[in-house]
Amino acid sequence: MTPLLSVRDARKRFGAVTALSGVNLDLHEGEILALLGDNGAGKSTLIKALSGVHQLDAGRIAIDGQSVSFRSPHDARAAGIDTVYQDLALFDNLTPAANFYIGREMRRGPRWLGPLGLLREKDMLDRWREHLDVLQVRIKDLDKPLGLMSGGQRQAVAVARAVTFARRLVILDEPTAALGLRESAEVLRLVRRLPEQGIAVILVSHNLDHVMQVADRAVVLRQGRQVGEAIPTAENHQYLVGLIVGASGGDVAAGAELPGSQDQEG
Amino acid sequence: MVVPPAEVPVVSGDPALDPDDEAPVGSAARRRALRWGLGLVELGPVLILAVLVLVMGTLSPYFFKSNNLTNLGFQTAVIAALAIGQLMVILTRGIDLSVGSTVAFTGVLGAVVGGTSWGGHLVPVLAAALAGGLAVGLINGVIYVGGRVPHPFIVTLATLGAIRGLALIISGGETKTTIPSGVLTIGSGTVGIVPVSIIIVLGVAVVAWVLLARTQWGRWIYAIGGEPEAAKRAGLPVGRLLISVYALCGLLAGLAGIITAGRTSAGAPTAGNLLELDAITAVIVGGASFFGGRGSVVNALVGALILGVVRNGLDLLDVSAFYQQVAIAMVILASVELDVARGYLEERLRVLQGAEGG
Repeated sequence: MTPLLSVRDARKRFGAVTALSGVNLDLHEGEILALLGDNGAGKSTLIKALSGVHQLDAGRIAIDGQSVSFRSPHDARAAGIDTVYQDLALFDNLTPAANFYIGREMRRGPRWLGPLGLLREKDMLDRWREHLDVLQVRIKDLDKPLGLMSGGQRQAVAVARAVTFARRLVILDEPTAALGLRESAEVLRLVRRLPEQGIAVILVSHNLDHVMQVADRAVVLRQGRQVGEAIPTAENHQYLVGLIVGASGGDVAAGAELPGSQDQEG
Repeated sequence: MVVPPAEVPVVSGDPALDPDDEAPVGSAARRRALRWGLGLVELGPVLILAVLVLVMGTLSPYFFKSNNLTNLGFQTAVIAALAIGQLMVILTRGIDLSVGSTVAFTGVLGAVVGGTSWGGHLVPVLAAALAGGLAVGLINGVIYVGGRVPHPFIVTLATLGAIRGLALIISGGETKTTIPSGVLTIGSGTVGIVPVSIIIVLGVAVVAWVLLARTQWGRWIYAIGGEPEAAKRAGLPVGRLLISVYALCGLLAGLAGIITAGRTSAGAPTAGNLLELDAITAVIVGGASFFGGRGSVVNALVGALILGVVRNGLDLLDVSAFYQQVAIAMVILASVELDVARGYLEERLRVLQGAEGG
């Protein structure tokens, strides 16, 4: 079966720093994949490449077996990939619905008006409510700016936005990092429901508990390459921690890599 | 090679929810109080304006005379036009310091065209002034965006000087008085007791309000000011939007230039000095946030009126211009402090809501 997403030998440098030195990754339809790794392991760079923020120096990204090249977040979105960033990328001064539709607002009036067309606020609000119902997300205070909402509500808005517009893949960067227990549980519940909608998920998280609760498979990056993967279960917990900190698995430091993939570290 | 010591992820036990994680008693009341306080801050500028009008009206018997109200309108029209443009710029976290110079430049430009063979007609003179303003705004926007300058302050500081220089060059340093009658009507005509200039500016305000509050363009302008990085990630055409905002601000400065020329019957290269500061003051005093993303055309108009009423009232009360400056400074400080207070209250409210599990 052709994977929904496949990444081959992805490389990216920032000046003297090598962020990705040959990452391979496959993701199948409806799968929830956890991307693990310590700070600086290359997780952020990888997901930014997948969401069109960064362009790879070398390597190949394919969706349904077709090579793609994302020049901007817009391209990635057009290919059905939507990303929720750690810092949320929400607009505190706008209402939840305005955040939801930002850049994709419904408008009326002739086409040639472009963005000068009037917003169809009511239609957007109605449609948005339907989406929230499908995702079983409850948002209070629909007319207040998002800045007045709690972290969990804001995260729910961000995730709901990505999920609604992403047709294929949602990338979640630390979706629970800033949240309390109850709020985290709400967001994780939402994540677990995504495969029902036929959407695959890449979940970046430092929290192995959360990963074990939702992910089908965990891939570990270290120093810009994939060092191993496992089913995130309680039994594999220690193994995964070992991979993350570099105490077990494909040992980069010892040079136990395939020949030709050696790379100076920055 | 040494693998850097890494923090092992903290793994807690069962993440079952804590049933005691309930909101403390009385937080609903505190939240209500915070919401009430926020509402008061939002209303602040309108309340300040109302109090000022009452005080001035009580202290001076002339304040509510129709002559004086007409005069107040004349004084406010130019600042209001500039404030609407400045508001759009400030909404995107920007600033445009060049509008005072643009008022002089476009007034002179209008007068120069007014001195040519088609100078007797309103349309070419008006078109020249508005096009001149639009051009200055486009230059500001293109240099700011295209030059990847981190903040428009320096760009518009440069054009402040350059455009004033251009006004002096094309006028030869002299005040031009070749102003067609149509422009005089725009600047100093009245309908009943209402100045034509105020009617025009109110019309412009309605258009600006629709643009900002009802169109996709306006939504995007607020988005840029709210979170510029997120706007980029959302794929908004940030560069073009910013250029459009500076272009509109310049266009409105051109309108202010025409109104000023019509009011003074002259295109003076020295006109509009320091008007950019009045415009910025009006926006902030009116309750828009200097930090971008918040505020409406109503804020700009209220701010322009506050400035107008303070100056007009203190004039009527024979308060020296020196003290007027101090008074206006106080109003500015109070407004910025209100903006800060708003941020604080919102933060409190958010924390309180987070504690309640949102």
